[in-house]
Amino acid sequence: MKEKESADPALELKHISKSFPGVKALDDVSFSVEQGKVHVLVGENGAGKSTIIKIINGIYSADEGEIYMFGELIGHATPKLMRGKGIATIHQELSPVKDLTIGENIFLGREPLKKSKFINWKKLYDDAQQLIDDFGFTYKAKTKMRELTVSDMQIIEIIKAVSMNAKVVIMDEPTSSITEGEVRTLFQQVNRLRDSGISIIYITHKMDEIMEIGDDASILRDGELISTHKVEDLTKDQIIAKMVGREMTDVYPKKTQVPGKVILEIKNLNKAGIFQDISLSLRTGEILGLAGLVGAGRTEVFRTVFGLDPYDSGEILYEGKSLTVKKTKDAISAGIMMVSEDRKGEGLVLCRSVEENIGLPNLSRYIRLHFLNKKEEKKESIEMKEALNIKTPTLETPSGSLSGGNQQKIVIAKWLLHHPKVLIMDEPTRGIDVGAKYEIYKIMCDLTKQGVGIIMISSDLPEIIGICDRAIIMSEGQIKGEVPRAEFSQEYIMSFAVGGK
Amino acid sequence: MKENTKKFNLANFYSKYGIFLLFVLMFLVMSITNKNFLSGVNITNISKQIVVITILACGEQLMIIAGLIDLSVGSVLALSGCIAASVVANTANAPVAIIIGLIVGLFCGAINGGILVVFEIPPFITTLATMMMARGAVFVFTDGVPISQLGKQFTWVGQGYIGPLPVPVLIMVVALAITWVILNQTRTGRYIYAVGGNQDAANASGVTIRSIKFFVCAFSGLMAGLAGVILMARMNSGQPIAGETYEMDAITAVIVGGTSMSGGIGNIPGTIIGSCIIGIIKNFMNLQNISSYWQKIVQGIIVCIAVIIDVRVRKSKS
Repeated sequence: MKEKESADPALELKHISKSFPGVKALDDVSFSVEQGKVHVLVGENGAGKSTIIKIINGIYSADEGEIYMFGELIGHATPKLMRGKGIATIHQELSPVKDLTIGENIFLGREPLKKSKFINWKKLYDDAQQLIDDFGFTYKAKTKMRELTVSDMQIIEIIKAVSMNAKVVIMDEPTSSITEGEVRTLFQQVNRLRDSGISIIYITHKMDEIMEIGDDASILRDGELISTHKVEDLTKDQIIAKMVGREMTDVYPKKTQVPGKVILEIKNLNKAGIFQDISLSLRTGEILGLAGLVGAGRTEVFRTVFGLDPYDSGEILYEGKSLTVKKTKDAISAGIMMVSEDRKGEGLVLCRSVEENIGLPNLSRYIRLHFLNKKEEKKESIEMKEALNIKTPTLETPSGSLSGGNQQKIVIAKWLLHHPKVLIMDEPTRGIDVGAKYEIYKIMCDLTKQGVGIIMISSDLPEIIGICDRAIIMSEGQIKGEVPRAEFSQEYIMSFAVGGK
Repeated sequence: MKENTKKFNLANFYSKYGIFLLFVLMFLVMSITNKNFLSGVNITNISKQIVVITILACGEQLMIIAGLIDLSVGSVLALSGCIAASVVANTANAPVAIIIGLIVGLFCGAINGGILVVFEIPPFITTLATMMMARGAVFVFTDGVPISQLGKQFTWVGQGYIGPLPVPVLIMVVALAITWVILNQTRTGRYIYAVGGNQDAANASGVTIRSIKFFVCAFSGLMAGLAGVILMARMNSGQPIAGETYEMDAITAVIVGGTSMSGGIGNIPGTIIGSCIIGIIKNFMNLQNISSYWQKIVQGIIVCIAVIIDVRVRKSKS
């Protein structure tokens, strides 16, 4: 339409609407992704971001609206067609075949063949190596995928996308499971893609990333596109305000509770090759942050405290008394509970309903003469749903169909019903949008008022600084330092995590 | 837009009642095609014929929902049935014989559970091994010779009536009711779903995985024992070859009834329908004088179709 010099946008959505039973997921959404630009999609959970991705990928078909690529109308979008047109998606949770090599993964499903129809291994590995080298990567194409870190796997996914001649690469929260340093490498690669004319749709919750990597930003809320802006015209506060539909003066709620007496004490806890000589203590009403890089052994320490893994030696003191934790039940009945970092793996039974998941550890309470009192169970889960503002069509909805933030709230809900005294939260806000994050911090602060001691393992330093009373920094399976709230600064905490080398 | 909502409702309806509809449809077609099908006698016959498989399916369903599978039920049925038959033939004490039969089944199930839980061997292998052992044991025990003269008291369990209702059918209804109650009204039932749906999450919620697995194995064994007693009583004979491939029929009934092979999903009404579908197909073909060789083929095809429909509907729903 516009007689401008600039080329047609790489991807354009016009008036896209999509409904699901009971929910209007997208309502008249239009935006366009320019060639060679990074277009950021921001929005809370359930704002419709994943629906958009699925429509662009041809997994869902839109009820109304049109998709254009380079000015050409895409008729009936199917996953295959969209891939052919140059759409590639790097999902939040990667699914590489870990026991195949890098080369095999890059060419999975489109292996170069010889005339005899057998795989041309030499060409496969030569081409793969070429691609890896072009990206300035030092890996050999014959390395097993298993040996790579999560962020390197992501880079391999990007390489794969490029090798498939992708014109629009969709990245769904690519930094949610990688460390600060790895984010740098990722951004370099994103910039390379942009420079080579590829467009990127970048989905994130992190304000800093929007500012750093984005050219344009579209903000979604409740299935509607609120607005699209040049990133340089926006401030973080403006974005947050548009996302949540209200002014957010503070990302972190104020924690007022003063820590009380020691409730949990770990003494010289050891597990060969995983962590050594861990000693720390937690007070009632305290939020203790566990900072460090991914792989520092933080999760492993608390998995043993919670009874998921065994430990070699050491002692756990709980309310002044020695506590033996052989299985999770021991920890739970004492009052120690853990919100796992892996919601889908250890948090929820995805195929079962919200209500059943909330009830799972609490069933003993509803037993009357050996039978479940379902009324009581329902009553309590409704209370939890309302208290934590869990957004779900019904309590019978399978928990797997809810968004990440709401899933996390279900995990928290099931433990809150069990009245924890010590709550271990492992990356509690990973993959969760700003609005839901705030709600989760709020819940944490409210819990401390009831005297609950909280251990928060987090790789997000601003979060540790924002909400913790004290931070302990781990690296390579050891405690490297402890910083009280008064001395909090990103640089200071980070210096422990990377220092000493 | 209107059309859209209508379409959705239909899909939803199918996914909830698809198998049930299929059953009703088959039932109607069969009633029209064969006049004898709908007679009171025949319906009673069908209900008697599905008893053994349905009782096995009760145990099998708990196993499959928990993410396990039990291949041993056919052999365990034979072993517990024959031991019960032998006891009653020697002592003429039917109640004791029945209880011993049940205990044998429970014991076999407990062995499955024990091996599964202690050595963490996949259920497919564990129960395959028990299947062979139990079948071997029944031949050793009977020397391959059927046991006869079980007495009226014992055969009542398989042949008797209370009013117009056959005793074995009543027992089946009780078994179904108990299984339903376990699944829907108890903590154990919830845990079974959780273990099958996501074992790690169940563990992290304080569920003792091992005891749940042990429980469902033992329950499945108990059901096999019960089915064995009823079958032998009905035949008035302890048959060591009885129950061969019954585990497959039971698994089929459960799967046709909408229980997910990957665990975590399934319910008793579904299994009842699944069992009925298989029952009426067999019965109908008998009425039509179709040879048993062809019956197998048809049974396979229908199972295939039922599951395809089910999977399709599920897909279109999501």
